[in-house]
Amino acid sequence: MTALLDLRMLWVTGKGGVGKTSIAAALAKVAALSGRRTLVCEMDAKGALANALGEDDLGFEPTEVSPNLFAMTMSTEDALREYLRLFVKIPLIGRISPLAKTFDFVADAAPGVKEILGIGKLCFEVRERHYDLVVIDAEASGHVVSQIGAPRVIADLVQVGLVRDQTQWMLDILDDPTQTGVAVVTTPEELPVTESAELVQRLTSETGAHVSAVIANRVLPMLFDRREQAIAEQIGSTLPTLTAAIGAGAPMVLEAARLTDARRRTGAEHLRWLQSELHRDAQHADLPIVTVPELFCRAPGGRVVSLIADGLAEELDIGLA
Amino acid sequence: MSNLDNLLASREMVLVAGSGGVGKTTIAAAMGIAAAQRQRGKILVLTVDPARRLAAALGLEEVGNTPVRIMPAVFKQAGLKVRGQLWVAMLDTKAGWDELIRCHAPNKQVRDAVLANPLYQNITSRFVHSHDYLAMEQLHDLHATGEFDLVIVDTPPSRNALSILDAPGRMVDFFGSRLLRWLTVPYRSRLFTVASKPFYQVADRVLGSRFLQDIAEFFILFQAMESGFVKRARSVEALLADARTAFVVVTTLETAPAHEARFLAQELLKRNMTLGAIVANRVLPNELAGAAAAGSAEALRSRSGRELAEALAAQLDEAPVAVIDTVLSQLAERFDDVALVAALETERREELASLSPLMLDVPWLSGEIHDIAGLGGLVDRLRVDSTEI
Repeated sequence: MTALLDLRMLWVTGKGGVGKTSIAAALAKVAALSGRRTLVCEMDAKGALANALGEDDLGFEPTEVSPNLFAMTMSTEDALREYLRLFVKIPLIGRISPLAKTFDFVADAAPGVKEILGIGKLCFEVRERHYDLVVIDAEASGHVVSQIGAPRVIADLVQVGLVRDQTQWMLDILDDPTQTGVAVVTTPEELPVTESAELVQRLTSETGAHVSAVIANRVLPMLFDRREQAIAEQIGSTLPTLTAAIGAGAPMVLEAARLTDARRRTGAEHLRWLQSELHRDAQHADLPIVTVPELFCRAPGGRVVSLIADGLAEELDIGLA
Repeated sequence: MSNLDNLLASREMVLVAGSGGVGKTTIAAAMGIAAAQRQRGKILVLTVDPARRLAAALGLEEVGNTPVRIMPAVFKQAGLKVRGQLWVAMLDTKAGWDELIRCHAPNKQVRDAVLANPLYQNITSRFVHSHDYLAMEQLHDLHATGEFDLVIVDTPPSRNALSILDAPGRMVDFFGSRLLRWLTVPYRSRLFTVASKPFYQVADRVLGSRFLQDIAEFFILFQAMESGFVKRARSVEALLADARTAFVVVTTLETAPAHEARFLAQELLKRNMTLGAIVANRVLPNELAGAAAAGSAEALRSRSGRELAEALAAQLDEAPVAVIDTVLSQLAERFDDVALVAALETERREELASLSPLMLDVPWLSGEIHDIAGLGGLVDRLRVDSTEI
């Protein structure tokens, strides 16, 4: 299997709220630091990627946010504009804005049209070899299947027209496991792991895309080894002594550790369930689950992403320049 | 009566909203039990996509769009006393769309043509927030029958929580849109409509006219159902704003869900809809952020030597002092992480509490709730009114 960062196009998806954008930004960062010219693109333009990279704002035109690392947000309107300029050569540029608005509406109702403009733009960057790797902060699990599957839907539904003609070369890139992969991000919680297991199955059965990794985010570290654990479990019995030594807050100090450990155990169970669920399918028997530790921080942002990037580089065994 | 019971007794509909993964389904189920404990009559919990173990706990495995009653024996077994009847139903959104078509189609021909249209499946499964709209429609229907005294709806998870409020309006807009009119005028006259000319040129070249024709045909069929859809969407809209309807916003105190909860609460107020309560789920104990706890952790961190570890060893069956010392250091280290999270959560909780007439906290529980007895425990927590603490 092609190593995650040796792909040309890497889709990052997962249930909403699992830290998809931070992981996409961190993966792009690792790729850039390891010497790959990298583009990272946010598909839903809610501004989370800019925040994750410590930028005020990102646009359709890629910005070099650090050496080798370029970032952009997808805009259907701009993608349509660029597409028309490059391929259709229709001199409508001045009047395109209200047009694109209407187009947006067709795109909402007609399957695959909006998606294919965005995917087309990114596949174009891959085909033209403008970057070594394009990392896509994709739609959440509910929508990503139709997003990645759009070229296929279009190829099935649309018989003629320029869009139809364009689907084949895109599919060549998207369906090639040496070029394109999907990383499914999850957290060690019940709903996210359930959704991730379903998503991996759906991606495989409904699109030609290849799932390359599951990334478990916010995994709590083990607090104690086995010997320490035995003591930690009994230490509550010494509470009077402990309170005398460190004050009335002693029970809370123990409670904090107990809570963290209980959460860690529940999380570990969920990850085990996910692993066995995935490995039941021979196709995913060697699908790696990459873990990223919980980082106790005030807010997501540039610093957190750098920390995640460090962790990922280590997990993926990538030397950074 | 607790504030929760007052809220449930004074409404006919309670919509449980919030971002995905915060425990909406569990809270909605607990509220159903709370209502059944205090009220006579029929209570329905309409849920979507329940977590697998919760579904089993509620006996939901084989439940579809038709409400099923949870029998008194089930409650008795869990040690719960109920006065009312608790019914549950699960929302099947695909079946829901088919039902909508059957219901709104003016005749059999249109109905069959739509259901058989190759674009139908693709479009309905992708229709912007159609799931949200369907939840609202089902609610409307159930309310209209008058069969239930209280309907509690676990709304579909939506990234933008507002989509549930906007869904009926969007449906009305869609049928009134210029696009639909344009797509459904006869092909020839479309060519001569000046306003649509540039669009047509591009759309035709990019998408292919055959595809446009397919879409147009689909929408012509769909348009036949306009009056039914629009009328219903309007009454769904009215129902949401009715004084007998209240929203309960469920959230955890993590950054993203709390942010969305705040936004949703503010929008509800702006739209003159009733915010009944905000439920903060999986809340860390308050004392974790307190001075006493921080002081003790600091004392533990700055302890010198192994004196404390040695003192404890005597009480721990002479466990190795070095290991005890490591455990103590870890406890001090880990405390800071958890305390930081607890402090952040306290700030977010205060902010949310200022927006809502009622704030209910559910403490973080180890393990997930997976039976009726567990839900009963959750109900007790919800009855503790945290606003006055």
